[in-house]
Order: sequence, then structure tokens, then C-alpha cells
Amino acid sequence: MIKSKILEELIDRWLTKVGTLVAIFITFRGHNAPGGGFAGGLILGAVFVLQYLAGQQPTIRRKPILNPERLLGFGLLLALVTTAAPLFVGGAPLESYIWSITLPQIGKVKIVSSTFFDFGVFFVVVAVVLLVLTFLGTRGGAISHEPTDGVG
Amino acid sequence: MVFFAAVVAHFAVAVLALIGLRRRPVIAACAGLVVLAGTALVVATQAIGATSAPRKTIEWLPLLGFNFTFQVDGFAVVMALLVSLLGFGVLAFSIAYFEHDATFTRFVGLFMAFAGSMTGLVLAEDLFTMFIFWELTSVWSFLLIGLHDKSEVARRSAVRALLTTGAGGLCMLVGIGLLQNQFDTTSFAQLRDLAPTGTMASVAASLLLLGAFTKSAQFPFHFWLPGAMAAPTPVSAYLHSATMVKAGIVLLARTAPIFGDTGVWRWWVVLAGVITMLIGGWRALRETDAKLVLAHSTVSQLGLLTVLFGIGSPYATYAGVAHLVAHAIFKAGLFLGVGVIDHELGTRDVSKIGAARRAVPVSVVAIGACLLSMAGIIPLFGFATKEKALVALLDAEFGLVGSIALWGIVAGSVLSVAYSVRLLHALVRTPNDSASHDQHHAHHEASVLMRSTLAAPVVVAAVVSLGFGFAASTVGSWLVSPSSALDVKAVSKLALWPGINDALLISFVVIAIGAVIGWKAPLESKLAQQPRGERVFDVVYDSTIAGAKRITAVIQPGSLPIYVGITLLLVSIAPISAAFVDGFGSLSGLTSGTALEASVSIIAIVMAIGVAVLQSRFTGAMFLGGVGYAIAALFALRGAPDLAVTQLLVETLTIVVFLLALRAMTRITTRPVSRFPQITRMFIAATVGIAIPLLALAARDARTAPSASQDYFARSVDEAGGRNVVNVILVDFRGFDTMGEIVVLAIAALGVANLVRAAEQHRRAAISVKEVAGS
Repeated sequence: MIKSKILEELIDRWLTKVGTLVAIFITFRGHNAPGGGFAGGLILGAVFVLQYLAGQQPTIRRKPILNPERLLGFGLLLALVTTAAPLFVGGAPLESYIWSITLPQIGKVKIVSSTFFDFGVFFVVVAVVLLVLTFLGTRGGAISHEPTDGVG
Repeated sequence: MVFFAAVVAHFAVAVLALIGLRRRPVIAACAGLVVLAGTALVVATQAIGATSAPRKTIEWLPLLGFNFTFQVDGFAVVMALLVSLLGFGVLAFSIAYFEHDATFTRFVGLFMAFAGSMTGLVLAEDLFTMFIFWELTSVWSFLLIGLHDKSEVARRSAVRALLTTGAGGLCMLVGIGLLQNQFDTTSFAQLRDLAPTGTMASVAASLLLLGAFTKSAQFPFHFWLPGAMAAPTPVSAYLHSATMVKAGIVLLARTAPIFGDTGVWRWWVVLAGVITMLIGGWRALRETDAKLVLAHSTVSQLGLLTVLFGIGSPYATYAGVAHLVAHAIFKAGLFLGVGVIDHELGTRDVSKIGAARRAVPVSVVAIGACLLSMAGIIPLFGFATKEKALVALLDAEFGLVGSIALWGIVAGSVLSVAYSVRLLHALVRTPNDSASHDQHHAHHEASVLMRSTLAAPVVVAAVVSLGFGFAASTVGSWLVSPSSALDVKAVSKLALWPGINDALLISFVVIAIGAVIGWKAPLESKLAQQPRGERVFDVVYDSTIAGAKRITAVIQPGSLPIYVGITLLLVSIAPISAAFVDGFGSLSGLTSGTALEASVSIIAIVMAIGVAVLQSRFTGAMFLGGVGYAIAALFALRGAPDLAVTQLLVETLTIVVFLLALRAMTRITTRPVSRFPQITRMFIAATVGIAIPLLALAARDARTAPSASQDYFARSVDEAGGRNVVNVILVDFRGFDTMGEIVVLAIAALGVANLVRAAEQHRRAAISVKEVAGS
């Protein structure tokens, strides 16, 4: 779609990386400020859409993601495990546990168990975007698993 | 608790058989034999003679009052012993029966799972525990009936059995729920102390009866049991005569002391039992397949037990326990005996089984003894128990119901003597042709070990029937503890020769008439049709499926405009009708927005109108996105950044998805080609346009309780460690909602993927067909 080499490089080098970082940051940040797994997932999804529109395959660290279904399963599993985990230590499902740890150089960091749940949401949303792109986009041939049939 | 461990051990062997020892089913079967024998031993040593019944509660959902409670009282002991000892015999028999049969692995696993469930069922001390095991036995029964899953008949029979017992189980569950709700307990002992009366108790009792009747194949649910004979012989012998079908009887026995005096109980129990007895007996007399004769006789005998346990008199209960034991023994022996004959001759036709006399003489003699016990002939155990039943009903004073029960049982006994004698006749007479036998025998040379393994349980059953008959008074004293566990007054005794009394005279007459009928009854008579109950079931079943298909065809025609139209209309109907009932929301306070908000709103409105009037799909999609962005801006202005961010991102991605989809469509919106005319579309649009604002207005004024979010604000940092309340609500307070939402999201995405995949395959198939045609 986009023929410009510069734009391609720009997306490849910068937008992808920065976008991924922003997405993860937004997800982490969600607990205390606007953001969260849903928004973070959508941002990473938007990065992939951008790659797609530039005629590239959605990639993470230059590796194309061929199996969005697996990512979807992983996200659901992560959310489910976080939901069920408190049951095994005698808590209610989805009960939050808060750990404070001190990291060198950074200082005190608070980890809340629900962050893992949020990342489950994150992966599900990313996977959904990828699935839609892969399957509705196939006709364009951009993420085609097979040789393009010339429709795009 | 050792009893609970015994139940678990059954399931462990089941898992072992189905997973670990798939290739060595005989070893798994031997492990099963050990567990069954061990269970019998544990029950016998721990519980017989114990002064108080051991009791154990395992908490499951204590808040809801759902716990597993087991109590090993006298009745539980006798039932558990029957389950494990008969299980032992039948499993031993099956090792020989299933020789060279690939389904043996599955059989062993399911059999042990069933035996474990049944043991749990008979040890259960409350309705809820019983229900859990009850349903498990239904499932194992379904799987075992359909053991030969290639057979259409077996599958249909399995479905019939499962749906019938399953429906009864659901009724029972509702009954249990009512009792739990009303009396706050499902324990048999506590319910007995409460002695519930009133409408609710009657309704609950009726529902429990439905459960018992479906499980124990009582009229009008008697049809599934003969169908279940599609299962291999060991399954029929164990599940469908000796144990599982007794589950309903166990339930009756446990609940009769509770509900015996509520209005409907006694009538219903007696009528169902008597009708079942007569129908079963009549059909047993006419059936030509020996196994089906036994099946119908089981139905008939279950009717007798239903009457005895359900009528609620102490002596009848005692007689019921005695006859239950007698029936389990002789009927298991008979089924296995027919299995031996079938195995040997390859036929179960009553006109041909006479040939078995030469082939398996020992088994035939044993079968004969069991038949005599079933007919109630002195000196077999069946005689003593049937005498007791007659005496109990002669003594009971229940007026008309009592008389119906008595004469029903007398008539039923005539039939049971008749069908027993008919089978006996079939065994002793010389068959017309013995060709089929010789032919079959030629390619069937079982080893001596296998043959004696097959015959042994039959012989044991016969010997026990005879031995218990001679030792009737001793056995009778053993049965005092079981029956008094059900009803403290049910203390009586058995005797082989009770002396000349009314019951004995009745018995003589019954035996005389029955013997004549049975001997004269033709062996070749053919039943023209499928049993009526089965036909009714099939009609109901088939029309339910057909109806479901028709409804699906109407509500899911596959047209997107229709789906969207129906969804939107339904969404609109609710707020509009609510507005007419509760009044319309007030418009006041709608002008509180700032100028910025107003201008954004105007942009949104203009864009929305643009979507409706624009001809190009592409521009329309863009405008739709614009509306979304404007809404996001409104969210941001109103101080909801989380919502705004999400809305913005979702809107962006939605536009992309739209564009992807649009590539497959024509560029210009054409006139609608669907069945929806333009005017209908406009009507739907207008309705939604009116309804949603109405909803918004009403929602604004609807709050009566304080906002839930106040509470969330207070708890957010302390309990969930987050300052962003919106996010904390999503991942913690209302995390279950989020969980559900992402699952829905995932399913929707997979749906998209599979639809596209299916379309792609369809297209490729079409292309390849075309290519083949072209070349």
C-alpha cells in the first residue's frame, strides 16, 4: 500500500517499538491513572493496524505473529488463572493481593495481583485485533498465508 | 472415613481402567474385583453390629447447605453389600463374557465408576448427596447401554434411558430445592423429625416421586428399562435389574417415613406400583426374547417393591427390604444365566433355549432355581419374602388404597408365577430345531476355565436363593436392622413355613393359577408393535427435535438485516414500554453543558445525519467514525478519560475493520435487496432513535439507591491497591464481568475467523469443482 521506503522504516524502527512500549506502559499505569489492559491492548492493536496498512505483517521484534489464536488462549488462560488463583490459598475469586518489593536502583515497587488479570485482558484484545486483521484482511493479501490471488 | 475412601477407590479403578490400563482390561477388572470385595468386607466388618451408625459430613458448599453426608445405617449396609457383592459376581462373569471383545476396557471403567456412584448413593444421608450420585448413575447407565456405540438401537435406547431418568432427576432436584428452601435441610433424619405437611411438602414429595418413578421404571416411565436391554448382559444384570433401578426404591424407602402421610403420596405410589406390576407382568408373559422377559419381569417386580416401600406400613417396609434382597439375588442370577445361554447358543429366543439343557446343564439347573425363587415357590427365598409381603398388606389398614395394593399384588403375583413358569417350560421342553445351536457351537470353543467363570455367579445366585430360603428365619433376623433403620417399628421376622394362614392360601391359589397360565402360554407369540411407552417417547422426542429445527429456521434465517432489525426492535421495545408504564424522564437539566460540549454534540449530530444520507459506503464509514470520535470527546470533556481513551481506540480500529470489510462490497449503497422494504427500515431506525434517548433520560432519573461507585471509591486503594477506580472496578470489584466480556470477545473473534475460513474453503471447493468440470 505504502510505497515510501522512509515511511516503512519509520514504522518499522520507531512506531512499532515505541507503540509497544506505550501499550505496556498504559497497561501498567492503568491501576492508578487512566489506562489499563483494554486500552493498552487496543494501542498495540493500533500499532499492528498501522503495520498492516503499511503493507507489512504484524511483527514483534521482526518476528511475524502467525498464531493469534494461541495468543488469545494465552490471554484467556492468564485471566482465568488470576481469577481462580486466590481460591487455592483460601481467598475469594479475583481477590487482590498486594506485594511491595524493593528493587535496586528503582526503589519500592508495589505489585498488585490484578495486574496479571489486566495483562490477560491485554493479550485477549491484541489477539482479537490480530485475528480480525488476519482474517478480514486476507483478501488484501497483506497477511496472506498463501500466495496472493491478485485481489489486493 | 473408610467408607468414603472405598467410594473413591471405585473411581480410581475406573480412571485406571480408562486411562492407565487401556490395553490390559483384565488387570483393571481384577483391581476392580479387589476394590469391590474390599468394600464389601469393610462394610460388613465396620458397620454390622455397630451400636450407632457411622456418619460423616464432607463440606462442599456450606453456605448453601450443600454438603456430602454419608451414614452407614442398617439399610445402607444391606444395599452397599448388594452393590459390591453383586458387582463382584457380575464383574467376574464379565471377564469371561467379554473375552475377545474390544469394548471390555470401556466396560470395566464405566462399571467401576457406576459401582462407586451406586455405593455413594446408598450411603447418602441427605437428598442432595443422593442426587449427585443419582445423576452420576444415570450418566454411567447411558454410557453402558450405548456400549456398542455402532448400533443404532443401542444409541437410541441409551438416549431414551438418559432423557427419561434425567428428566426425573431434574424434577427431583426441584423437589430438593423446595425442601431446602422451606425447611432449610435435606437430611433424611432431620426431615423425618420435622414431618413436613402442607402444599409445599406435597409438591416436593410429588417431584421426588417423579424422580423415583423414572429411575425405577414405574408407570408411565416403565418403557425405558426394556430398551436398556440393548446393553451387554453384565450391564443388564447389574444396573438394570439388581442395583441402579433400585435407586428409585431406595429413595422411596428413605422418604416414605417422611411423606408417607401427606395426601397424595400413598395413592400415587400404590397406583403406579400396581399398574407397573400388571403391565410388566403381562408383557413378560408375551415377550419371546428371554432377556426381554426378564426385563419386563424386573419392571413388574419393581412395581411390587414400590408398593411395599411406598405404602409406609412398618411390616410392608420389612417385607420390602426382604424382597429387595431376594429379587436382587435371583434376578442377577437369571440375567447372567440368560447371558450364559446366549453366549453358548447365540440365541435368547424362548422357543429355542431348550437346547441349553444339553450344552450348559449346570447353569440351566441354577436358572431353574432362580426362576422358582422369582415365582415364589417354597422352599426358595422368594417364597418367604412374597409371603411376608402378602401378610403385611393383609394386616395393613389403609382402606381402599390398601385393598388396591393387596389385590394388585395378588394379580401381579399370578403374572409373575406365570412368566416364571413359562420360562421354565421353555427350558425343559425340547426345541423344534437344534440346528442353530450346532452351527454356532462349531466356531465357539470356550475354555473350561472361562465356562466355569461364566457359570459360577449363576450357580452362586441359585445356591444363595435356596440357602436363604432354608435359613429364612436367620436371614430374617439379619434384615431387622436394615428395615428398622428406615422405620423403627419395622421389626418382624421371616419364616420358611409360616403355618396355614390367609396369605398361604392366597399363595397356593396364585401359584396354581399362575402355573397353569404359564405352562399354557405360547412361547412363539409375537408382539406386533414396539411398546406403546417407547412409541410415545419417540413421538415426543422426534417432534421436539423437529420443532426445535423449525423454530431455529424461523428465528435464524441467516439474513443479517433480519437479525439486526429484530435485535434493534427488541432493544427499543423495552425502554418504550417501560416509559409508558413508569412515565417519561424529565428533560430538565439537559442544558447544563458548556459551549464546547454543545459544539461537539452538533458535530456528532451532523455526522450522524451524514451517515444516513450519504450514498458512498466509504464516506459513510468515515462519518460513522467521526460520530464515535465526537462521543469520545464528550467523554473526555465530562471527565471520563478512561472511557474516552477506550472509545477513541475502539473507534479507530472499528473504522479499519469497516474498511477491510468494505473492500468486498460494492462502492455505492444500492437499493435494499433484502426482504425488508425501505419503509420498514425507516420505522426501525425511528423507533431506535426514540427509544434510546428515552432510556437515557429515564436512567438519569431512575436512581433510588446510593451510587455503588461511592463505595468503590472508598475501598479502591486499601483493598485493591489502585487509585484509578475505573480500572479497579474492571479488574477487581467487577472482575467477573470483565472475565465474561473477554470470553465473549474471544468467541466473537474466533467466530469471525471461522466464518472467513469456511467461506474461503467453500470458494476453493467451488473453484476446484469448476476446474474439474473444465478439464
